[in-house]
Amino acid sequence: MNLKQNIKKLIVEKPLKLDCGQIIVNFPLAYETYGTLNHEKDNAILVFHALTGDQFVTGINPVTKKDGWWSYVVGSGKSIDTDKYFVICANVIGGCMGSFGPGHENPKTKKIYGTDFPVITINDMVNAQINLLDFFGIKKLFSVVGGSMGGMQVLQFISNFPDKTKTVIPIACTSSHSAQNIAFNELGRQAIAADHNWLDGNYNSKNILPDKGLAVARMAAHITYLSKKGLQEKFGRKLQERDDLKFGFDADFQIESYLRYQGSVFVDRFDANSYLYITRAMDYFDLVKQFNGNLSEAFKNTKAKFFIISFTSDWLYPTQENKDIVIALNAVGANVGFVEIESDKGHDSFLLNVPDFLKALKNFLDKSYAEKLS
Amino acid sequence: MKPEYKIISDLIEKNAKVLDVGCDDGTLMEFLKINKDVNIRGIEISKEKVQTCIAKGLTVIEGNAELDLKQFPNDSFEYVVLGQTLQAFINPEIVIKELLRVGNRAIVTIPNFGHWKVRLSLLFKGTMPITSSLPHDWYNTPNIHMCTIKDFVRFSKIINFKIFKSLALINQNVSDINNSNLIFKNLFGELGIFLIEK
Repeated sequence: MNLKQNIKKLIVEKPLKLDCGQIIVNFPLAYETYGTLNHEKDNAILVFHALTGDQFVTGINPVTKKDGWWSYVVGSGKSIDTDKYFVICANVIGGCMGSFGPGHENPKTKKIYGTDFPVITINDMVNAQINLLDFFGIKKLFSVVGGSMGGMQVLQFISNFPDKTKTVIPIACTSSHSAQNIAFNELGRQAIAADHNWLDGNYNSKNILPDKGLAVARMAAHITYLSKKGLQEKFGRKLQERDDLKFGFDADFQIESYLRYQGSVFVDRFDANSYLYITRAMDYFDLVKQFNGNLSEAFKNTKAKFFIISFTSDWLYPTQENKDIVIALNAVGANVGFVEIESDKGHDSFLLNVPDFLKALKNFLDKSYAEKLS
Repeated sequence: MKPEYKIISDLIEKNAKVLDVGCDDGTLMEFLKINKDVNIRGIEISKEKVQTCIAKGLTVIEGNAELDLKQFPNDSFEYVVLGQTLQAFINPEIVIKELLRVGNRAIVTIPNFGHWKVRLSLLFKGTMPITSSLPHDWYNTPNIHMCTIKDFVRFSKIINFKIFKSLALINQNVSDINNSNLIFKNLFGELGIFLIEK
């Protein structure tokens, strides 16, 4: 945990009323920046991370010592070019990389919050992060960008703050979590709750971790991030370091071994209670309902330029759900472009080396920046 | 750049809001942006061409005009342009009606199947005509509903829309089409360009 001591934090003094009714004040918002804010302060891009991401977008993550989650996209000369743009990313509230979350101590009880932490929403996450604009003295962002849950924050951001960004890029996301999305998240939460070590969220007090439950949650979720074709091509029925089936329950197949590995490395870097809170925030996300069934209303006050990107093999947030956002934007005459990228890498495509995606994102940003939008 | 782009541009007022249906690689969109300072959007079915448009900084939606025009509210645009693609749709009637619902006016261009070279090709060769503007074989052509300039004029009466202006392109020269010269233009026009209204 010492590694987390050096994380940059903004202490948000302004009270924030959460959707659940509670008010939080003087809470930490952990963030990281890349590139340089120019003199005009017109080159800032706010990146929103997905469920298990954090503020360490690119380069080596100082805590996990692994590559940042969007290293393919953000960096010198890349799609989000840090030679040109000033990139800001904050850990969402409810998270476990320094921002106010269930692993923090409750000042009233002097105990770790655990499940006493207030239930937060995508709206709350965005309302916490808007404070970064004041902190950096930025009147208007050049862009807000994010994939998956990051894309939901993008949509909520432009709905809450229609004149705070020039461009808006929601990627591989939805305006409302579907029953299937909720079902997969519930599976993950129940896997955590079924772990004896979870102790109704109080595992911190006993210095133990519900790592088995969290690993299963991650394994199940990981399957939803890939496509059937992608899995088949990568693993097929290949066996793991053996010539034949062992007639037991060890990992005979490479896919089993791969998932077990994904689960085991995840528990080293992620907090089980944060997983519960963040998946809950995603499930509660319903921008359509926020605007009484008319999504277009969410966008009617903005002059921003939108670019929506989906992926052919993404069955978690399929193209049609992304297109619904395009349709809602067109209904209010918004400036919106859309492309569906061909990829067999599933929902995870937005995190991976998918050249058509990287090219489209770079071209959109660079051309829009050159336009000097107001 | 196609010769008709200049003619299309002349039909559009400055600063208008325009939708280019089947915008291809965005050449016409760029031309209209520069010449008429229009607020222009495009729809294009090919992913590759959408990428080209994005690289040019154009606002384009990947989609199929036959399915995706319905997302636009009535009168969203002052002009909707449909360049040489009407013949590729399964139901051109629905497409024309959608163009005129989404836009106040539409500009439709059609490669003229009544051109004398097409007629002679079929007459003498006895095979489906292949010309520079219709380069496909019958079995791989996207053009499933070819029509002539005369057909389009008749079409306007059948499905009830107004032709506000009709022009023929002959050897890069543009000329008006009217009732008295229709037979002639239908024989020599390579392309028909129509400004239509509800």
